Amino acid sequence: MKEEDRLEERNPIEDLLRMDRIPHIWCPGCGIGTVVTSFAEALRKSKIDLDKVAILSGIGCTGRVAGYIKLDSIHTTHGRAIPVATGLKLANPDLKVVVFSGDGDIAGIGGNHFIHAARRNMDLIIICVNNFNYAMTGGQVAPTTPIGGNASTAPYGNFEYPFSLPYLAEACGATYVARWTALHLRRVTKSIQEAFKKRGFSFIEVITPCVTLYARRNRLGDGLNLLKYYYEKSEIQHGADTRTLDISYQGKLIVGKFVDKEKPTFLDCMNEHLAKVLGDKYQLYGVNNE
Amino acid sequence: MKKVKADPKGVLTGSHYLDGDYALAEGALAAGCRFFAGYPITPSTETAERFSERIPMVGGVFIQMEDELASIAALIGAAWGGKKSMTVTSGPGFSLMMENIGLACMLETPLVIANVQRGGPSTGLPTLTGQQDMMQVKWGSHGDYKIIALSPDSPQECFDLTIEAFNLSEIYRVPTFVMTDECVGHMHEKVVIPPAEEIELVERKWYSGPKNEYLPFKPDKDMVPFMVKVGDGYHFHITGLTHDEHGYPVINAECQDVCVRHLNDKITNNADKIIRIEEDQIDTAEIVVISYGITSRVTTRAVRKAREAGIKVGTIRLITVWPFPEKRIKELAKKVKAFVVPEINYGQVVHEVERSAAGQAPAILVPHCGGWVHDPDDILKAIKEAAK
Repeated sequence: MKEEDRLEERNPIEDLLRMDRIPHIWCPGCGIGTVVTSFAEALRKSKIDLDKVAILSGIGCTGRVAGYIKLDSIHTTHGRAIPVATGLKLANPDLKVVVFSGDGDIAGIGGNHFIHAARRNMDLIIICVNNFNYAMTGGQVAPTTPIGGNASTAPYGNFEYPFSLPYLAEACGATYVARWTALHLRRVTKSIQEAFKKRGFSFIEVITPCVTLYARRNRLGDGLNLLKYYYEKSEIQHGADTRTLDISYQGKLIVGKFVDKEKPTFLDCMNEHLAKVLGDKYQLYGVNNE
Repeated sequence: MKKVKADPKGVLTGSHYLDGDYALAEGALAAGCRFFAGYPITPSTETAERFSERIPMVGGVFIQMEDELASIAALIGAAWGGKKSMTVTSGPGFSLMMENIGLACMLETPLVIANVQRGGPSTGLPTLTGQQDMMQVKWGSHGDYKIIALSPDSPQECFDLTIEAFNLSEIYRVPTFVMTDECVGHMHEKVVIPPAEEIELVERKWYSGPKNEYLPFKPDKDMVPFMVKVGDGYHFHITGLTHDEHGYPVINAECQDVCVRHLNDKITNNADKIIRIEEDQIDTAEIVVISYGITSRVTTRAVRKAREAGIKVGTIRLITVWPFPEKRIKELAKKVKAFVVPEINYGQVVHEVERSAAGQAPAILVPHCGGWVHDPDDILKAIKEAAK
């Protein structure tokens, strides 16, 4: 049988994947691949020019995403995807620049970059896969681990207050903030599509199962058990006050789109301000990108 | 290597009275740098200030990042977005940049970093001079890699060598460093900026073959791979992991061997083309003083006095510090009695002189721990002792 006839055996998003790098490294039951599928769907539905989308990742399990998606892609260092993305976006404002990384990468080691990029309203899309732990290194406690959750460096359970990422993002100035779980794939796709249409700092958190480490250590079962947890405990509350979104151990998950507003981006502000102050002397930047 | 003339928009042609920090910014603008990301740190801040003042009229971006980690990261993004990019810092900021200097080397990314050195370690002497980061620039990030580092001895050279640093970084696809110091950085002197048509720049080594055949790390004949930029439709991948020519991670010893050798040999094998040194009265010299940056200017006085005292002294000024002119030192080591190496640290480049001389001639360090330049008499004393 010819390759093209074997449609049923082909991955439906393989035109957007680096098939020469498949199989991927993620564990069975992991939620990262499903978020990648949602992202690919969003790319397709947005009918966006694929030459003008760049994807950057940091380090960790989700950090490997950039390596599997067939776009211009940069796998950076731990926590630094956002500042690399900032440089890329400013160098070439025609691009849609997406950072796809994990909770430890974005909110832990990269936390400072995250809050400042949001503050500047840098025109970036941040997709943060939150699996509540540092999985690539073996399940250590993260800035997102719920209190009581067990991790290899919190063997008696975590007692630190975790971040509520949507609250952090909104407080720092993000213009689009949403949270979903790996169960809400169509909604993740829709959020990414909305983010593609927006200009400004968009933040989408997706809570995903880490079966091998977080779930096993906490005796939460397999991927299906975690999806059941999301099904039972998640509650869609669009526009919810981001101060109310804390996640307790196996507790309620408030999901939805919390922030969607317009605000001039870093480059808008730069151009407007400098043109006002300097008049004709100012060389407008990034308009038709030279 | 495609040579082009500088864009007149960035070139402030004329005769100016500038400090070294300002001259770094003017050199960058003349070289076509249109992206600067930085974080304030004494004694380098004036470069960022100058760039932020000038860039709006030239067309480009200045951004003050949240820290030096972000500054160097943003440079990498901007470089792959097609811009010539630069940052400036000093000791503590330089330490923070080490992580992504490694990434820039691994991704073979052209960019320029100036380090206006101050006394260290740690916070050290923020406002006073030092040459204590000369080994850090070579070895500071983890793993094996090679970079290019230049050392200007005047504001004029801050201008000239920043342009050269951009050219070298583009030719070799490697981070290139302008290793100046507080003294040169804050020294005001005449800086002549030539007309744009007299400034020769090297264009990035752009790839132009079929889109689906582009390999971001396939070495060309000169060992340097071609480059593309994000947004041109190549859908390429680059990673800080050990990678093959595709830019795909390959985690084994064989690929590591190819990858690491390439990063190092690319510079080592082209060292003769990169290295620039300035020699004076070497042919008859019994003693050779090797210095760089501000120390070479102090050395001038010591050498004059030594010659007046009848000692046959030659000098080598390292304009390029890395790669090191080891062949030349090795050659001279057979003929001369000793090398004298004054530097504002407790012994760094002297080790490289010693290594290159390989026991043929001693390398005598004249240390200064930072905070001020040498007393020329200390260098003179070392020359006299070496000549005995």
